[in-house]
Amino acid sequence: MHFVQNFPFFCILLTLICAVVTSVLKGRPARWLTMSLITVVTAMTVCVLGYTLATGDSYVYMMGHFPAPWGNEIRIGVIEALMMTVFCFVTLFSFIGGMVPSIREIEKTKYNIYCILVDLVFLALQALVYTNDIFTAYVFIEINTLAAAGLVMMRQKGRNLVAGVRYMIMNLVGSSLFLLGISILYTITGHLLMANIHEGVAALAESGEYQIPLTIVVALVTVGLSLKSALYPFEKWLPGAYSNATPTVAAMLSSLVSKGYIFLLIKFYVRVIGFDIICSLGVLDVLFVFGVLGMIMGSVSAVRAKTTRLMIAYSSVAQIGYIFTALGLRSEIGIVCALWHSAAHAATKSMLFVSCAEMDDACGGTHLRKHLRGAFYHSPLLALAFSLGALNLTGVPLLSVFMTKITLTQAAIEVGGRHMGIVLGAVAISTLLNAVYFLGTAMTLFIPTKEGDEVLPPTVRKNPFTTVGLVGLMALNLAMGLFSQPFLSALAEGLTRFA
Amino acid sequence: MQYLLVNYEQTAAVILFCIGFSTMLLHKNLLKKIIGMDIMDAGIFLFLACQGFIKGRVAPIVENGVQDVEAYINPVPAGLVLTGIVVSVSVTALMLALTVRLYYRYHTLNLDEMIALAGKEEV
Repeated sequence: MHFVQNFPFFCILLTLICAVVTSVLKGRPARWLTMSLITVVTAMTVCVLGYTLATGDSYVYMMGHFPAPWGNEIRIGVIEALMMTVFCFVTLFSFIGGMVPSIREIEKTKYNIYCILVDLVFLALQALVYTNDIFTAYVFIEINTLAAAGLVMMRQKGRNLVAGVRYMIMNLVGSSLFLLGISILYTITGHLLMANIHEGVAALAESGEYQIPLTIVVALVTVGLSLKSALYPFEKWLPGAYSNATPTVAAMLSSLVSKGYIFLLIKFYVRVIGFDIICSLGVLDVLFVFGVLGMIMGSVSAVRAKTTRLMIAYSSVAQIGYIFTALGLRSEIGIVCALWHSAAHAATKSMLFVSCAEMDDACGGTHLRKHLRGAFYHSPLLALAFSLGALNLTGVPLLSVFMTKITLTQAAIEVGGRHMGIVLGAVAISTLLNAVYFLGTAMTLFIPTKEGDEVLPPTVRKNPFTTVGLVGLMALNLAMGLFSQPFLSALAEGLTRFA
Repeated sequence: MQYLLVNYEQTAAVILFCIGFSTMLLHKNLLKKIIGMDIMDAGIFLFLACQGFIKGRVAPIVENGVQDVEAYINPVPAGLVLTGIVVSVSVTALMLALTVRLYYRYHTLNLDEMIALAGKEEV
């Protein structure tokens, strides 16, 4: 065994140990330990990515001394390594970029708790991406839910507590549906490891037995994970949770927590059940309808939003709609598009949340047009980062979301029929609405303040952390846009070995 | 109907799950939501536990040198139930603690009223 193959396990173990150690540290050391941890895990994940790209194959890592089908295991291939690398960079730059606002907004005595929760969300994300055991996935879904709800409530204000409760309730309903689904799956296949379940399901599909329970399993898991990833119309908990949280938390929730669930759903479809069987069950048609509705309704809500944070939060509903629409197209290129957009949206949304929070603070308010006017002249980096994110989500060429729209359109044309017309129409309407709210806001940043308006001092707060975080996120977004083709090719190649 | 009666444990588990699910989604009172959540989890645990039970067999602890697989039940569902109970207890504890905090703040257990009151607070 090559030494690099141990790294995913080391990353999970290291994150767990750091979460425990952080509990006895005070704010400042806890902060540095968490930042060092994320940096080390990112470096190790890059090594794993290099290894998987070089070999082009995936491998199974046995956790403990019991082989399949009794023991637990993780599985790492190109797709897992690629997605995890993007998630690691997003976590790192979001944590660094949102560090100053988090210090400002979180009580000093509770700062180490914040760091523990960041560690736990990061841990759960790694486990969800790497695990090859369906019950382990459930346990980490619950850890993710509890840690994310704790992060939403870190600001200790009434709005945050209520947002946290709403988040918990909707997510717990989703977790319970998922648990019931995997319990039924266990009873009809007798296995918990994904590869073994897949063999069992394939045998059932061939014999024609247990077709109704199998359909119920797929429906329960799909609804459960859709609820947790805020697919329209299950998005009611999202705006409160995203818009009231600290920038790092909002970035992590929108970029990482929801993407972990989406990645698990794709893994469930492709590796556990098998994509051919999933396509024959008709569940993807329902996802397609709600995905298209989400693309439009999320954008409509974003247009009507009065604050920037709320606008970005509602925009997430639209972007999640893109991912589910791509999945609903029932084609391999659709899955590649869903995976690509999960990564592209993670990188862009975290940059928007981090820049927007600092910009709100620099402009002295959160109202869209009223406070943001002329922000470029006193906070140029923040305005540039926000504008880059806005241009990206609108679908400007050379940026990552443009490739999503191209790939989605390609997939729709490949499928043809009614799907093609609906997708083309939805992409056109959604892009138009994206342009209205994102470009409108971005342009406001560059319009000079009128005579008589209060002129804010140039660059209200300069801090190296926000600068490093934002520059890192901007570089990540530009890199993803410029190197989108190799990224997409690697995803398509990885998908052939993902099952 | 015959299938439901033969598999009465599973039927009871699904009924419990539905009761819990509807209680959690339809009631506005936070305590009732938490109770609903626990009933829902109990339904799933009953479902899993009855999958691990086979009449006439015992827990997989070797007694009197009997090593025949047919003498014992599958221990995995019981292990899953135990793990699930640990998760469920943690979630219930957090939700109850949160409910207490919110009650002290808003003097109500009604979630809709809490949302309305929180909406009036400063951002």
